Amino acid sequence: MKSKILGAALALALTAPAFAEDSIYVPLFTYRTGAFAGSGTPIADGMHDYLTMLNERDGGIGGVKLSVDECETGYDTKKGLECYDTVKPKNPVLINPWSTGITLSLIPKAAVDKIPILSMAYGLSAAARGDVFPWIFNPPVTYWDGASEILKYIGGGSIDGLKGKTVGYLYFDAAFGREALPFFQAEAKGAGFDLKLYPVAPADMQNQGSKWLDIRRDKPDFLVIYGWGAMNPTAIKEAVKAGFPMDRIVSIWWPNDADAASAGDGAKGFKELNWHGAGADYPAFADIKKLVLDAGKSQAAAGEFGSTLYGHGVYNSMLIAEAIASAQKVTGKKVVNGEDVRRGLESLNIDAARLKAIGLDGFAPSLKITCADHNSHGATFVQQWDGAKWVKVSDAITSAIDKVQPLIDDAAKGYAEKNAGWPARTEGCDSK
Amino acid sequence: MFYREAGQFKTSYAADMAIFPIRQDRIGLAIILFVAFVVIPLTGDLFVLNSMMIPFLILSLAAIGLNLLTGYTGLLSLGSAGFMGVGAYACYKLETSFPQVNIVVWILASGFASSFVGVIFGLPSLRIKGFYLVVATLAAQFFLEWAFARVPWLVNYNESGAIEVSTHRLFGIAILGPAASPVARYLVTLSIVTVMAWIASNIVHGRIGRMWMAVRDMDIAAELIGIRLLNAKLLAFAVSSFYIGVAGALMVYLWLGAAEPEAFNIDLSFSLLFMVIVGGLGSILGAFLGAAILHLLPIVLRSAPATLGIPIPGAIVEHLTFMAIGILIILVLILEPHGLAQLWRTVKQKLRVWPFPY
Repeated sequence: MKSKILGAALALALTAPAFAEDSIYVPLFTYRTGAFAGSGTPIADGMHDYLTMLNERDGGIGGVKLSVDECETGYDTKKGLECYDTVKPKNPVLINPWSTGITLSLIPKAAVDKIPILSMAYGLSAAARGDVFPWIFNPPVTYWDGASEILKYIGGGSIDGLKGKTVGYLYFDAAFGREALPFFQAEAKGAGFDLKLYPVAPADMQNQGSKWLDIRRDKPDFLVIYGWGAMNPTAIKEAVKAGFPMDRIVSIWWPNDADAASAGDGAKGFKELNWHGAGADYPAFADIKKLVLDAGKSQAAAGEFGSTLYGHGVYNSMLIAEAIASAQKVTGKKVVNGEDVRRGLESLNIDAARLKAIGLDGFAPSLKITCADHNSHGATFVQQWDGAKWVKVSDAITSAIDKVQPLIDDAAKGYAEKNAGWPARTEGCDSK
Repeated sequence: MFYREAGQFKTSYAADMAIFPIRQDRIGLAIILFVAFVVIPLTGDLFVLNSMMIPFLILSLAAIGLNLLTGYTGLLSLGSAGFMGVGAYACYKLETSFPQVNIVVWILASGFASSFVGVIFGLPSLRIKGFYLVVATLAAQFFLEWAFARVPWLVNYNESGAIEVSTHRLFGIAILGPAASPVARYLVTLSIVTVMAWIASNIVHGRIGRMWMAVRDMDIAAELIGIRLLNAKLLAFAVSSFYIGVAGALMVYLWLGAAEPEAFNIDLSFSLLFMVIVGGLGSILGAFLGAAILHLLPIVLRSAPATLGIPIPGAIVEHLTFMAIGILIILVLILEPHGLAQLWRTVKQKLRVWPFPY
């Protein structure tokens, strides 16, 4: 009898780890607290809900359940590192830092810990160079691509169309906003337009009055905004107050529906860059609604579903899911680890057919990542706020890659040089 | 009973003036050092070393620095985070300009840069006191934060505007950067913090410390008995900023691994000041206790619901922790205004007479 119990206990002990092995651990670094919670919450919900939907609808990816785990960073680098140390022993397949500061701290660790980092359209732009940063991925578009696309759009199709014009640049005065600065300055010189700078310090996100006095005085023809968190709704409200023509403002892809709505009717005409469709009119979103939101498994507040930042979250999770699926295909394994997912990310090829298959037909342009190019420098379009929803008002705008690539090459080279002993790429390549 | 020094005879002045005159204290300290240097590295996992102990030690060191200024000399400062930043950026400049010199040398040397800046911003302290000095140091904080963001020379013209740490070695072992093991980084931090805490404890027990305390308690009286206020106050700024600067360099190099200017924002200044006040003004032990309350306790509280199996979403846990820590700070300030260090002194006194209190 005793031995039977012992045997059963032993069997239980032996099978217990096997159960744990049967899932793929996907940590999500999110921030629903702190100064940036307004931007962080819809993204967190979008990421969480898409992965939960996959678990509910398909039983995970390739038959393996996803173990989705949120860690609250509060957009604080210190807490982000704490989260990293918490999740690392659980063998995460990838990390989404969702903060440029956390990304910068984790970049050197990725290769050592064999955990790839997916910083979707943020983080270090230079990471687009897969030969220098084999473990970092920042698809589908960098801030430099975004800058070139905005300038092309307001220049009427080409940056040279801005000759003699004045362009204002209102930006979040941290790594994120400053990164695009050299690009704007080079283009201002090259294309012959006048660039006015309006930096907003992180502490003054909600106190932009003095910057808007300058903007009123300078009367730029166009205003480009690179804002985050509370800076976006404040900028839109200030623009309304200053009577700045809304259709002459183009923002990078971070303002959310609520940010524009908070400024009331005056915000009609506000434009922002985006790479994925607005709204929730896609089969995959319908599944999220049915299986996650209506089932009470989401924290999303009413009105959040289908917003731009929610869509960013869904897109981010779609990349995670596709990376895992692609890793399963490349390696032939069901339960993949960080190294496999890195290979999966490098062989990622999400074409129109694949998007249709996963229920996101027309949601986003196709995306192909290679060993050399970890970004794809995808096309975006401009969407305009009509007072209740976003309306697509432009065709696909492609990046001025001939101008962006030299900057990325320089930055990648600079990074490797400044970090003496930066390892040369030894990882193999699956996508030829 | 436990703290009876009966039978411990002092036969020299040096023994009488020792920092730890009671044998029980010395034994206790030896045990703490043994645990810190041997037990924790052997048993602590990645999270304990990386996210709990290393930050705790670094914040303790910064709190010691601020305590020298605020607790011992009575000069309130809200510029601590800025001075930490000076240390960090100085270390980055030194390390990238002279990579052949060992990084530990540069971490310690960066304190001098911070010291220099501290003295400059300390100059007004001769004329202004109390809240007015807080405003002056606040100016230092904002100016320094501005400089970190706006002077590209400080970050070697990096596009990202952040400083990044590459791998460095000591005796052939990687001690910082991605390849360094948590144990190596912990031991380096611990050694630096231990030595500097020991030096600080010697300073405050000696002539300089007494001079500072005299200035704190009544500066006119101190002046009358022959203490030069300018020298005493500037020395306090210099030494305090040195400690804070080294802590800043440690923070970027051994803890964060990369830093944006926002890492040194006013919130950090406030939390250092809270550490000093909650831990106990004018106490080296208090700096450690304050850092433990403000850094370790939130981590323990945050992990409590998960450990107990109560399913609460992370954001709510975060808010609850925030509230709990706030309530705790208020309670400590009401029940023990002199901080946790005073609590320890009371306990020690009670233990001394136990079981026959009089």
